[in-house]
Amino acid sequence: MPEQFLFAMEVILNGLMAGVLYALVALGFVLIFKASGIFNYAQGVMALFAALTLVGIMDGQIPFSHIINAIFGTELHHFGWHVPALLAIILTAGVMVVFAWLVQRYIFRHLVNQEPIILFMATIGLAYFLEGVGDLMWGSDIKKLDVGLPQGINDWIDVTTFEAFGYGFFIDNLDISATIVAVFLVAALIMFSQYTKQGRALRAVADDHQAALSVGISLNFIWVLVWSIAGFVALVAGIMWGAKSGVQFSLSLIALKALPVLMLGGFTSIPGAIVGGLIIGVGEKLFEFLIGPMVGGATENWFAYVLALLFLVFRPQGLFGEKIIERV
Amino acid sequence: MLDGSKTETLLEVNNIEVIYNHVILVLKGVSLKVAKGGITALLGGNGAGKSTTLKAVSNLLHSERGEVTKGSIIYRGDHIAGLDPADMVKRGVIQVMEGRHCFEHLTVEENLMTGAYTRSDGRGAVAADLEKVYAYFPRLRERRTSQAGYTSGGEQQMVAIGRAMMAKPETILLDEPSMGLAPQLVEEIFGIVKSLNEQEGVSFLLAEQNTNVALRFAHYGYILESGRVVMDGPAAELRENPDVKEFYLGMSDEGRKSFRDVRSYRRRKRWLS
Repeated sequence: MPEQFLFAMEVILNGLMAGVLYALVALGFVLIFKASGIFNYAQGVMALFAALTLVGIMDGQIPFSHIINAIFGTELHHFGWHVPALLAIILTAGVMVVFAWLVQRYIFRHLVNQEPIILFMATIGLAYFLEGVGDLMWGSDIKKLDVGLPQGINDWIDVTTFEAFGYGFFIDNLDISATIVAVFLVAALIMFSQYTKQGRALRAVADDHQAALSVGISLNFIWVLVWSIAGFVALVAGIMWGAKSGVQFSLSLIALKALPVLMLGGFTSIPGAIVGGLIIGVGEKLFEFLIGPMVGGATENWFAYVLALLFLVFRPQGLFGEKIIERV
Repeated sequence: MLDGSKTETLLEVNNIEVIYNHVILVLKGVSLKVAKGGITALLGGNGAGKSTTLKAVSNLLHSERGEVTKGSIIYRGDHIAGLDPADMVKRGVIQVMEGRHCFEHLTVEENLMTGAYTRSDGRGAVAADLEKVYAYFPRLRERRTSQAGYTSGGEQQMVAIGRAMMAKPETILLDEPSMGLAPQLVEEIFGIVKSLNEQEGVSFLLAEQNTNVALRFAHYGYILESGRVVMDGPAAELRENPDVKEFYLGMSDEGRKSFRDVRSYRRRKRWLS
């Protein structure tokens, strides 16, 4: 029995680590939704695009080389240099800022005051467009992403837990670093939104667009800012997922896993995105471990969605959905 | 205190037309002037076009799919049509919107600080102005850490005016400050508006349905009816005008009339009663 219990503990820990990655994707959704009321379907593709760009820059790949070769009959593929990981991350973050500006300038500026459904449709279009651009720029093959994060099983935890309980926990180093990075990212985001002038303006815009305009806050600037931040969060999520399972186009599907996370946590809450991610991560691992064998396994594919469905029925605003302040 | 002919004109609205959504004509040629250092009242009933006039000046119209199609708006000699609301705030014109529009999830103090968003004269100056706002609205100091959404209607109106003051404005466009407030609070708010006007030298363009209060505190008044200015004059004169008295203040020369004398209401026979 203690053997079983320890095993369950390990499953929970691994679930928490997986949950961190879900939370990272969900975080990007929440940021944009809170500030502009846009449900950004393209968040997952942004993570993919960021990861593709990062790998491309690191390997010195020539963007659009396939088209260039097809048109001019050349044989281009690489510049032949390698960019250090940190510099490449900074450059990719820059690309995401430019992307945010383009999106704001050419899509959402023209859709001010439109129905939410129209904005949502625009982001669906954006998602497919970006996926196509990513494919054209960097090619569609699966790429390996290694930014120097430690990989493999953490020996120290394995040995320590083995000595303590007689059972070694298998925990991936990558998951640990993802957790640390996520904690820092969230802490930085909270510091930014609570204690800086732009952060305050961001929250003001989230509360009341009109009033924010009236005190002289530029909505365009705030929206570029928030898309840039969401782009950066997507980049971090892309790095983590890419390092774990390679940069491939199925990466954009993790966006779908973020939906149940959002339904659990509430669409407007940053802590909600994190707790929701952790609950889904732990829940699906634990469910697979406990119930999976009885129903023939593969529960991880649907567990999150069923849980989200239950939440939709019983608590539609999610666990941490923004309290609607109502004065009587 | 103000002599209309001698004082400098800050804001001049010339014969503007405003159309919402490309079809709905709301203002049909409104002209008015706001004197520096004065309180100018814009009066009229629902849908007269008071708010729209203010939004045309502050350029908040654009975000509501409205646009000024004719006429001109001149502030300190510059045409200001087509500027961003943010540019207007930097030029010293800020609007306090109807219905307060506080940032509900921000604290009272954070709300006030958002008013200083466009300023670049340093933290010290902003902090000094925050103290000044608290001096005018002592109640806000007590509630500085509570979320604005949980404060009372009167306090929210104070937050909205205080927030505008934080931008160090020259002109405040104040839209319907009395909305939904008890008469005593209305007096308090207007008293503060008056002292801001006299002590800080802020000019006000005030849209108000409560004609009685507005004409007591304003220096000059314009009366709007369905998108047109139908009457204007110094506030004291407007108050004595028999038409204004009858239609907006609810009195006439014979004093208060009973409804019985104005019109006979006959109970109509209805089915089964």
